[in-house]
Amino acid sequence: MKKPFAILLMALGLGFAGIGIAQEAAPAAADAVAVAAAAEAAPAEAAPQVHKGDVAWMLTATLLVLFMVLPGLALFYGGLVRAKNMLSVLMQVMVVFSLISVLWAIYGYSLAFGGEGLIIAGFDKLFLSGVTMDSLADTFTDNVKLPEYVFVAFQATFAGITCALIVGSFAERIKFSAVLLFSAIWFTFCYLPIAHMVWGAGGYLLDKGALDFAGGTVVHINAGVAGLVGAYLVGKRIGYGKEAMTPHSLTLTMVGASLLWVGWFGFNAGSNLEATSGAALAFINTLVATAAAVLAWSLGEAIFKGKPSMLGAASGAVAGLVAITPACGSVGPMGAIIIGFASGFVCLWGVNGLKKMLGADDSLDVFGVHGVGGILGALLTGVFTAPSLGGTGGAEPDAFSIARQVMIQAEGVVITIVWSAVVAFIAYKIADVLVGLRVPEDEEREGLDIAAHGESAYHY
Amino acid sequence: MKLVTAIIKPFKLDEVREALAAVGVQGITVTEVKGFGRQKGHTELYRGAEYVVDFLPKVKLEAAVKDELVEQTIEAIEKSASTGKIGDGKIFVFDLEQVIRIRTGETGPDAL
Repeated sequence: MKKPFAILLMALGLGFAGIGIAQEAAPAAADAVAVAAAAEAAPAEAAPQVHKGDVAWMLTATLLVLFMVLPGLALFYGGLVRAKNMLSVLMQVMVVFSLISVLWAIYGYSLAFGGEGLIIAGFDKLFLSGVTMDSLADTFTDNVKLPEYVFVAFQATFAGITCALIVGSFAERIKFSAVLLFSAIWFTFCYLPIAHMVWGAGGYLLDKGALDFAGGTVVHINAGVAGLVGAYLVGKRIGYGKEAMTPHSLTLTMVGASLLWVGWFGFNAGSNLEATSGAALAFINTLVATAAAVLAWSLGEAIFKGKPSMLGAASGAVAGLVAITPACGSVGPMGAIIIGFASGFVCLWGVNGLKKMLGADDSLDVFGVHGVGGILGALLTGVFTAPSLGGTGGAEPDAFSIARQVMIQAEGVVITIVWSAVVAFIAYKIADVLVGLRVPEDEEREGLDIAAHGESAYHY
Repeated sequence: MKLVTAIIKPFKLDEVREALAAVGVQGITVTEVKGFGRQKGHTELYRGAEYVVDFLPKVKLEAAVKDELVEQTIEAIEKSASTGKIGDGKIFVFDLEQVIRIRTGETGPDAL
């Protein structure tokens, strides 16, 4: 294991050096702007305020996102695999989340949010240098701030869940070491730049006016595409399409999906960064869009398959949550219901017709639900943000144009798809060369719980 | 002595047990089993994946009986396990060479 990680570190170092040259000018410019702004603002404005209510809410929201992953996503995924692979999925989700949380503190936060830049922020806050109990992070209101540690922790959970989501695509056959290696590389060269471009100061898509309130592109399209590439490169499970690969506990899957729904309020309403009416709007949208998607998926199954299934309802909930994620801060509740309803039907197609067309063994349908739902949500955000359709209209409501906004949204979608696919492809290839992607055939048949982790989930 | 083995529908077990007790069968052994016969299985659908489940759950019961009780035993199972629909099961009868009660060492019909 030593050699692969040494090579990985070298690769990361080279990558940073390249980006560093490109971004060298950015921090200096940022400082100048900050100084000028401070000089202007000083006489008129009071000192930045930190509200205890905001801090309490954001700490809670961070916990809720953690709760989405552990145990929410872990159980949702775990219930969907065969009993012999249960622990491997729980393990992958938990360890990937932990790995990314540590990398986030070491360099992730700095690259994504440590300054201004078109594609990447900078290296000023490596090892969280300069982040102290007194340093502050911006909210959406001028002069209202959050303790920076809260923002660092909140964003860490987003990075963690994005990488953990990908696990569903190659479940039941990938090597544990390959999962970790891939996650570290993809996080560094895909998640961080996309997160910065969408949310970070001076980010390319942020400046373009792309709307992604809580991470439809950054989290869901990003993870969905990386998952799909993984499903192709890792290859199909032995016996795929011939042997039954039935979920071993849809009860746990339902529990997991429900925990995801609960936790998602932290994800979406928390993305407002303040305990204000904006958070309330994201909250109500997250509630009704998800409910509409559950109804749509169940209705779709009843019509096209004859029976509405529990797995369908749970999948519908996740599809609705994914689709409303980019939209929840700027559409109205009726727009949210339509987005949710549409996502239920479209993602049902994503795991049936589209899945057959793609021909990949995306074990737990990460692309069919997160990729497809994310794309739909991102595009519909451009539609239902329109004030005439009950939305807020974004930054400039009077000048809002559906056609223009949808085009901007589409650009964000395309950039994310291409970026994620290319980086994921390279990251899988590196992992393949260094440690190998797949477990041997006999270990796959035995199950990854015993083969990779030396334990089994259930003792009868 | 004969060993009467029957494959029946699981929900019929209690009725069969009562009918066997009524004709004087002293004990039975029951196993949960799966199998296929003429009764068709069902399809399960998980998102896009469809699986045909051929093996259906059944109950296998075994009763060792004296020769003079064999006909009554068979009749009791036939009547109590029947629903008239495909999948009611089958009865198999085997010759039984020897029976030993472990506690007392009794052998043959005395051990039944």
